Amino acid sequence: MSKLSNRGSRWIPVFGVLLFITFVFSLKLGAISITWSEIQTSLSKWLTDGDLNLTERIFFQIRLPRALAGVLVGASLAVAGVLMQALFRNPIVEPGLIGTSSGAAFGASLYFVLGAVIKVHFGEWTLPLAACFGGTISTVCVFLLAQNRSTGKSSIVTLLLVGLAINALFLSGVGFLSYLARDPQARSITFWNLGTLSGANWVSVSIIGAVTIVCTFVAMRYAKQLNALMMGEEEAVLLGVNLKRLQIIIIAINVLLVAVSTAFMGIISFVGLVVPHLLRLMNGSDNRFLIIGSALAGGILLSLADLVSRLLLAPAELPIGIVTSLVGVPVFITLLRKRQYFF
Amino acid sequence: MLEAKNITVTAGSKKLLDDVSAQFAPGKLNLIIGPNGAGKSTLMKVLSKQNTRYEGEVHYQSSNIRTLSDLQMAKVRAVLSQNIDLAFPLEVWEVVMMGRYPHFTGSPRLIDEQACEEAMKFFEVEDMAERNYLTLSGGERQRVHFARVLTQLWYPAEGQLRYLLLDEPLTFLDIHYQFQFMHKVTDLLEKKDIVVVGVVHDLNLAARFGDEIFLLKGGQLIASGPKEHVLTEDNISDAFHLTPIIYRGQGKSGLQLIFE
Repeated sequence: MSKLSNRGSRWIPVFGVLLFITFVFSLKLGAISITWSEIQTSLSKWLTDGDLNLTERIFFQIRLPRALAGVLVGASLAVAGVLMQALFRNPIVEPGLIGTSSGAAFGASLYFVLGAVIKVHFGEWTLPLAACFGGTISTVCVFLLAQNRSTGKSSIVTLLLVGLAINALFLSGVGFLSYLARDPQARSITFWNLGTLSGANWVSVSIIGAVTIVCTFVAMRYAKQLNALMMGEEEAVLLGVNLKRLQIIIIAINVLLVAVSTAFMGIISFVGLVVPHLLRLMNGSDNRFLIIGSALAGGILLSLADLVSRLLLAPAELPIGIVTSLVGVPVFITLLRKRQYFF
Repeated sequence: MLEAKNITVTAGSKKLLDDVSAQFAPGKLNLIIGPNGAGKSTLMKVLSKQNTRYEGEVHYQSSNIRTLSDLQMAKVRAVLSQNIDLAFPLEVWEVVMMGRYPHFTGSPRLIDEQACEEAMKFFEVEDMAERNYLTLSGGERQRVHFARVLTQLWYPAEGQLRYLLLDEPLTFLDIHYQFQFMHKVTDLLEKKDIVVVGVVHDLNLAARFGDEIFLLKGGQLIASGPKEHVLTEDNISDAFHLTPIIYRGQGKSGLQLIFE
């Protein structure tokens, strides 16, 4: 009977340990190195409400949220990649490639420019909601435009071309809004295009954390149905899947994951492509494994990328999107050249 | 009993099925034959509820299938489709396990794993259980899907019949596996609670293994009943515009069609 149990589960603890190790390095290293004892004292002072010195403040208000952001944003983008690939039935789809991220960036920059004018406010959630709005529009556009009307399937060529067009459209929208913007964060087009975790604070981290955790658990509930979808929409229905409902829920989770990360950290491409691809090489395509595995491995990968981005030119910083693209583009091209993915 | 009552399917101005009524009994091998474009696959899609845009009614025993949810259907009805494209790397047993998806939530139970193992043994694919599906040949993939479809109906459904619909199941198989598959289906029919309906192209396979034959032509059911009554010179030449010579001998392979 053990023959049929999923061997993927043995990877999960390994990923867990690796994630913890990367997280610790991510706490300690940076423009200023932080020692174990400083970490210890700042944590104990936080518990007792003591006064923090400069290094401890750096640890507590900059380093710790940033390390958490690396883990959480990596997790959410990687899980979003898995969900998108399952939904589009194509292993080379990725939030950055098909417009979700740029749509979200557009929504977020719209908020930065118009938010003050129209005075719509939902507190700290206004920015992520605006990003969700943009992300939903772009994703639904691509989903509908790339679908073959008779077979209901998205060919990869159409998908990438439509994604390209939608990406260009929303990014030029972001560019336009950046010219108009007064807010310094929104004004930086580099921020939106290449992403950075340097703006992480406790507010953004807690919002991203809540969304990532909830969405990952909800996604797990649909892993089985997403597996069935790998055989095609008709086959999935024959296995009892309520297709329309599944599509709506998965797009919603997906947009939420990507939009919230993008709203605070900008567009970080290729995480959602590289991580699931590596996991598929290890243990096949069972979505139950891919979702949990991607959440952990995505955290590892983005934490590492963030370490590179802040150490390579220290004390200056490299936008994290440059690092992820350097890793991601070769993987993407390799995938595209594999014959079995042409369909 | 699987019953189709006055099924009409229209596409534009063309009638793909024109007032077709048929009854498919459990414990018998019901085979649908007919020339290309006769509406065989259309009828299968109506019977399986993959197509709901039809006039008329389909009943699984006393229930009209329009009143059943996709999940309720999936628990009692399995369909072997013509071509399934699966482009993701999965191990063979993972594909077979998909057949159990309608029956469990969360992780597979022991009986789901048992159904998988037994179905894989039944179709002799258990040696491939841990191979990557993408590395299999067309015929091997087909046998894996047989196993998957059968696991879906592996255990009797309480108080209900099970419905196995086969849409041209023999496409990728060589003659050895064609016969093997038809023998396995015949073995299944010993369980009296399974309704099997299949589409086949090879008339001699229909003559050899079928019990009840349904002959479609141009969207109409022009003959149905026991094979001896349907597979006649007149019916075949009417449908296919080719007149066969029919040999009627003794035993299982007693009915054979030869085309000159």
